[in-house]
Amino acid sequence: MKKKKKKKKDKSLDTAAAASETAEAQVEDPMAMFGEKKKKKKKKTATLEADTPRSESPAEVDSIASFGEKKKKKKKRPNLAEFEAQLKADGGIDDVVEEQAEEKPENTSEESWLDSDRDYTYDELLTRIFKILREKNPDLVGEKKRYTIVPPQVHREGSRKTVFFNLVEICKRMHRQPEHVIQFLFAELGTSGSIDGSQRLVIKGRFQQKQIENILKRYIMEYVTCKVCKSPETILEKDNRIFFLHCEACGAVKSVSTIKTGFKAQTEKRAAQRAAQ
Amino acid sequence: MSDIQNFKSYDPFADTGEEETQTKSFDYIHIRIQQRNGRKTLTTITGLPKEISQKKILKEFKKIFACNGTIVENEDYGQVIQLQGDHRLKVQQFLVDEKIATKSQVKIHGF
Ligand SMILES: [Zn+2]
Repeated sequence: MKKKKKKKKDKSLDTAAAASETAEAQVEDPMAMFGEKKKKKKKKTATLEADTPRSESPAEVDSIASFGEKKKKKKKRPNLAEFEAQLKADGGIDDVVEEQAEEKPENTSEESWLDSDRDYTYDELLTRIFKILREKNPDLVGEKKRYTIVPPQVHREGSRKTVFFNLVEICKRMHRQPEHVIQFLFAELGTSGSIDGSQRLVIKGRFQQKQIENILKRYIMEYVTCKVCKSPETILEKDNRIFFLHCEACGAVKSVSTIKTGFKAQTEKRAAQRAAQ
Repeated sequence: MSDIQNFKSYDPFADTGEEETQTKSFDYIHIRIQQRNGRKTLTTITGLPKEISQKKILKEFKKIFACNGTIVENEDYGQVIQLQGDHRLKVQQFLVDEKIATKSQVKIHGF
């Protein structure tokens, strides 16, 4: 569609656009021989081939009464990028259209063997069973409901403290002791903090919700999900100073690494540290 | 006959030795981050192999990342490299590129 519009505009410019016109016409001619379906695909290639003449968009042609060879070259470079961007957009739209066109027959052909006397194919039955499954039993189709945690509620308190409101709630959801989670949080953040009267965790330093969330995700990967079956239904048990992860789904037991704070650099001023001691 | 697996003489449950040398001689290199006052941060690197001159590596880090840094002696962790600013990913990339460690041997901590 777009192309035809452009073509009309070109025509109005008659003499000047003649050169590009012929180029376009040449491309378009073979298209007539193809059926409706092919046309779409051909169009994409056509826009590609029509490259330079097409990028001389009407606005630009207005300013240039007679376009000599020289000016054309000058304009080429900035236009190319623009053209490419446009092409991409065009291509994207085209792709979607094509996909839809391809999808439609598939949808209609579903269970089409009922009307005809041909046999069903394996693929058809496969899509049928998955469709039914998806409708009636979605968690069997592999679209397992993913383990989700409540997003942590994190707010800044003052200029150098962060408050984590729903830590206890999240810990309950993961079936983990808050102490263990806090230990991990502090080790990863390289900081310290405390739990205040209303069960909120006060962390030293400024942290954003996203950062806390990332650490929680890592905690879940390491200390909550079962390494064997990926189930989050696990229990963490301490046995002889070593933590073990017991899976409630598959029964696997695996030891997990203890949380190490690691090296901590001195970030406070020495005088302040001495005062704290 | 020797094509049949059962007749082969090696013990499939025996240690191949490969894993052991990997895990034993090489502890993780930990790269951590700490917040300093305001939005300033500090990157610490522990567990670098002792064969490598920490001084030279620090010099490289300082040059490439355009930051300052020091080596801190620590009882538990030996020599620790400290860099100003967050260079965790760059340090990891450097260690992998220079074949000092594989990606899985470098543990990045923090947010
Ligand atoms: Zn399991």
